Amino acid sequence: MTAADGRPPLGARSMRRRTVEDRAMRTLIWIAAAVAVLPLLLVLYYVASQGLPALRLSLFTAGPRPVGQAGGGIKPAIVGSMIMVGLGTLIGTPIAVLTGIYVREYASGRAAVVVRFLIDVLAGVPSIIVGLFIYGLVVVPMGNFSAIAGALALAVILIPGVARITDEMLALVPHSVREASYALGVPRWKTVVKVVVPAALNGIVTGVVLSVARIAGEAAPLLFTALGNSVTSTALKQPMDALPLRIYLYASGPYKVWHEQAWAASLVLVGLVLCFALAMRLLFRRPAVS
Amino acid sequence: MQANDLRARDQIADIVGGRRPALGEILFRGILLLAVTLVLGILIGLLVELVLRSRPSFAANGWSFLWTSTWDPVHEVFGILPFFYGTLLTAVSAMLLATALGVGVALFLVELAPRVLARPVSFMVEMLAAIPSVVYGLWGIFVLAPWLRVYVETPLHDHFGGVPLFSGYPIGIGYLTAIVVLTVMVLPTVAAVSRDVIAAVPQSQREAAFALGATRWEMMRIAVLPFARSGIIGASILGLARGVGETLAVAMVIGASPSITISLFHPGYTMSALIANEFAEATTSLYRSTLIEVGLVLFLVTLLINIVARLLVWKVTGGERAGGVLV
Repeated sequence: MTAADGRPPLGARSMRRRTVEDRAMRTLIWIAAAVAVLPLLLVLYYVASQGLPALRLSLFTAGPRPVGQAGGGIKPAIVGSMIMVGLGTLIGTPIAVLTGIYVREYASGRAAVVVRFLIDVLAGVPSIIVGLFIYGLVVVPMGNFSAIAGALALAVILIPGVARITDEMLALVPHSVREASYALGVPRWKTVVKVVVPAALNGIVTGVVLSVARIAGEAAPLLFTALGNSVTSTALKQPMDALPLRIYLYASGPYKVWHEQAWAASLVLVGLVLCFALAMRLLFRRPAVS
Repeated sequence: MQANDLRARDQIADIVGGRRPALGEILFRGILLLAVTLVLGILIGLLVELVLRSRPSFAANGWSFLWTSTWDPVHEVFGILPFFYGTLLTAVSAMLLATALGVGVALFLVELAPRVLARPVSFMVEMLAAIPSVVYGLWGIFVLAPWLRVYVETPLHDHFGGVPLFSGYPIGIGYLTAIVVLTVMVLPTVAAVSRDVIAAVPQSQREAAFALGATRWEMMRIAVLPFARSGIIGASILGLARGVGETLAVAMVIGASPSITISLFHPGYTMSALIANEFAEATTSLYRSTLIEVGLVLFLVTLLINIVARLLVWKVTGGERAGGVLV
């Protein structure tokens, strides 16, 4: 392999030059790792330092007030996020898990490759496009923006990730476990439901939780589906607010109060997401196996 | 393939079960197929929906929509070239930066890092993917953009203002900030996939290099990187796809001003940001349809990039995926 790249063989260069080059490249690699970690620390630092001072009880108990009035909060966004993320998860998870089971346990050869590939394609669709899709599919026929449209958009975004994780976690269950079950005369479907899936459950749950954390932070697919709402609403057929939507609105606006609340809302959102991820990490050790 | 042998052994279980397949088996398979059909339906529905709803736009704007630069919703003249340019410029730049950084991180994690560091660094890089887009946008507007304006753009403008790249007026909001934000957002994808691809290089390759007397870097250069090359290219193209589709963080820091310029400090616009900013306010049906056609173009571009990337990564990892849970 080396002869082909046109470089002289290793021994032809002086040992000193080689050592210096080795040192230099190793230092560069260390620097790359340090630089890569830096943005996370910076974002977390600013979210914490800007968000904490703006964090007060009224944030969770009040809705947005007209500009100029003191106080106000993001209750509609918190309630809305919980409803739409919850609903999206309920809709998306069963479809995703069943698809993952099909790919790993039943699809043979070519079918598995094709479905796996299509799941990857779906995972690559930009979330704003999913918003456009649901807009055409749900919002236009219904005649107005609604929470149910938002939840559906989030479900579509959840599906590929969970399907993929289910597929990968099932692959980790040794085949001998399945055969032991067959040997006892248990049919295939019962083997999958009662033996294989329970064995992979930890990993699947981890995947679902991380995906839920991800859709909780999505604003783009909600822009033309849930739209946003400045009063607390629980009606599924009406527009609904969400944390990321509120952050987007407030960050783009000109008012200082809005910016403060955007930081506070970010703190709530990021705190939630990181808690989920950290909990999963500690509970089940390494979730991603490749 | 081994997977097929295992599948054959599963199927033996069906035969040994004797008789016709049980009702439970048929039901279960039916439910599974229903779910898969739904997923495929979403994908097909997406494409059909976008194509159907962009037909009025296509009829009115024709093909020149793709290469003209005037965007004038009031007179219904639509050309998306500046947006296409903005998307490409930001995504490709971010991909290049993230690849340099991401391969460094991957080599660090697999080849150099002491065990105590490998896990936390790996975790932190993956966590970059967990931070919501709007939070990056918020940070971009209020922290990164002012910082870049004062410490990067102004000095560059003062000393190298003659270079076209640095010719714009340093205002912080513009292509440069968008590229930096995007690099951070694309990095976890590139790093995590590269890490797994590099980890998939057989240990014997490394041992062979060491046996030839290679230093550690020489080992990476002659044994690891050539072996992982197409996977790493796949990883960076996956990053490109992510960068092309990324919406709100970019929309918040890029300045929403359609322009085709080489200046990094100039405000710009991307296709995704255009849809995010204007769709809710689009009043006429042609305007709306045009924005959906922009979405269709964006969808097809990401589709193409994704397909190429997946094929490259699969080639190296032998059909298994790479990357973390979040990527």
